[in-house]
Amino acid sequence: MSLDDLYREVILDHYRHPRRRGALEHPDAHADGQNPLCGDEIAIDLAFDGDRIADVRIRGRGCSISQASASMMAEAITGKTIADAKDLMHRFKAMMDIEPGEAGLDAARPGAALGDLEALQGVRRFPVRIKCADLPWATLAQALEGHPPA
Amino acid sequence: MTDLSHLRADFPLLQREMNGRPLVYLDSAATTQKPLAVLEAMDRFYRRHNANVHRGAYALAQEATELYEGARAKVAAFVHAASAREIVFTRGTTSAINTVAFGWGLYHLRPGDRILLTTMEHHANVVPWQLVCRHTGAELIYLPFTADYQIDLEALPGLLDERVKVVGLSGMSNVLGTMPPVTAVAAAARAVGALTVVDAAQMTPHSPTDVQALGADFLAFGAHKMLGPTGIGALWGRLELLESMEPAEGGGEMIRDVGWNESTWADAPHRFEAGTPPIAEAVGFGAAVDYLSAVGMDEVHRHEAELTRYALERLGEVPGLTVYGPADVAQRGGAVSFTLADIHPHDLATILDQQGIAIRAGHHCAKPLHRLLGVPATARASFYVYNTREDVDALLPALAEARRLFGVS
Repeated sequence: MSLDDLYREVILDHYRHPRRRGALEHPDAHADGQNPLCGDEIAIDLAFDGDRIADVRIRGRGCSISQASASMMAEAITGKTIADAKDLMHRFKAMMDIEPGEAGLDAARPGAALGDLEALQGVRRFPVRIKCADLPWATLAQALEGHPPA
Repeated sequence: MTDLSHLRADFPLLQREMNGRPLVYLDSAATTQKPLAVLEAMDRFYRRHNANVHRGAYALAQEATELYEGARAKVAAFVHAASAREIVFTRGTTSAINTVAFGWGLYHLRPGDRILLTTMEHHANVVPWQLVCRHTGAELIYLPFTADYQIDLEALPGLLDERVKVVGLSGMSNVLGTMPPVTAVAAAARAVGALTVVDAAQMTPHSPTDVQALGADFLAFGAHKMLGPTGIGALWGRLELLESMEPAEGGGEMIRDVGWNESTWADAPHRFEAGTPPIAEAVGFGAAVDYLSAVGMDEVHRHEAELTRYALERLGEVPGLTVYGPADVAQRGGAVSFTLADIHPHDLATILDQQGIAIRAGHHCAKPLHRLLGVPATARASFYVYNTREDVDALLPALAEARRLFGVS
């Protein structure tokens, strides 16, 4: 496993130019996530339009993997329905071996449906870093708790 | 340059490969590797001498007790304690500080009292005092450090008055490497009637420790950062203070008499050693102290100072690299924290790991300090007796690889 597969250009691009950075003035949902062991932090603001995620803003600091994962996630879930975002979350976690299941993944190209996020699959080979990639998603799960209202 | 490279053969783990490269272990501030002398002493204890201590009238129990108490005497001599009774075996540095906080602080501190710490403390010398403040109404105040990462002695008189009952400071910062003038601070604390508690987790392993000369009241340190096993450390305290303290934990071994509702305590140090202690670990601790004494703590300190000077020189060659800590090796120890351009320390650690180099990345259990430094995390290389110039040299191509991967020009 080469480091060039871990630190793909697209990851470094999201790390250096994170998308959807900032805060929402009146978020419909919010969550803070941190990894107390390494100090990485993510904050997520969400605005809903019915059952759709209309807007996403992310703040945080940490390693390239956690911050790139957050940036890619923000892009991927913007405009999606809450149900689709949750589905994407399960696909991502399946790709990273965090959760069992295939969630419709192509065995030859796991994560292909995930767009830019596919670039993070190299992280699987560095087990201590998987939690970095997962931090934004765990924080998203928190923010989506109770949405949509049952 | 002192040459201690012959010691490397004593450390089986250092012969390992990691990710296809010879292991370069640069994380001794987190924990040190163990020499055969320590491994064999612990193995021999379990094979030949294992029994519980301070109980049992049979000869084997007596052997175990003598080994356990013999280790205490070795540790006492290592720090120049007045007697072995001034050494309490604890689970480590953290539990040694908690023993003071909950055995002394809880019973003596009142609302309006102050505890003075420095802003470079490890969480182990912050959080126990926060807990005690919550119970007693005492408050924490902090002594800042200067632009060259030394504690601000000019600010000390303004902070240290009769309200201060405890001064807590690290003998060597695990992040900055700073070795503050403990003797001067302890003398100033004494002048206002405050006790001095020294977090010596990074101090005692790396330079000669003489508690008589320091003038402090308590000194906390752990075995695993000085070639010994995990699970054991020591609290040195002035005997009259230890005898005046309440135990933080109750149980077997620490009592004089037990009734249904009330008990009386054993004398120090056993008052603070409730339950079956880590006996084999104590034996290993004693063997570690023997090993370090044979090398000579002056020699250990000289070796690390030379290695640290060399490391600061070499790291200074790396474009974009910032070191957080004193530049003067006379005032610092061998923990060198740094950042490299905008590469996060976790990424650096992963990249170095691929070259077989083990460094620490993160906040090193000093989050408030990192907020002051203005960085969420640092990378840290730290040295011990078994490290060589070649270990430092190995950092350079690995850091160059990090710069290439991240496109840092």
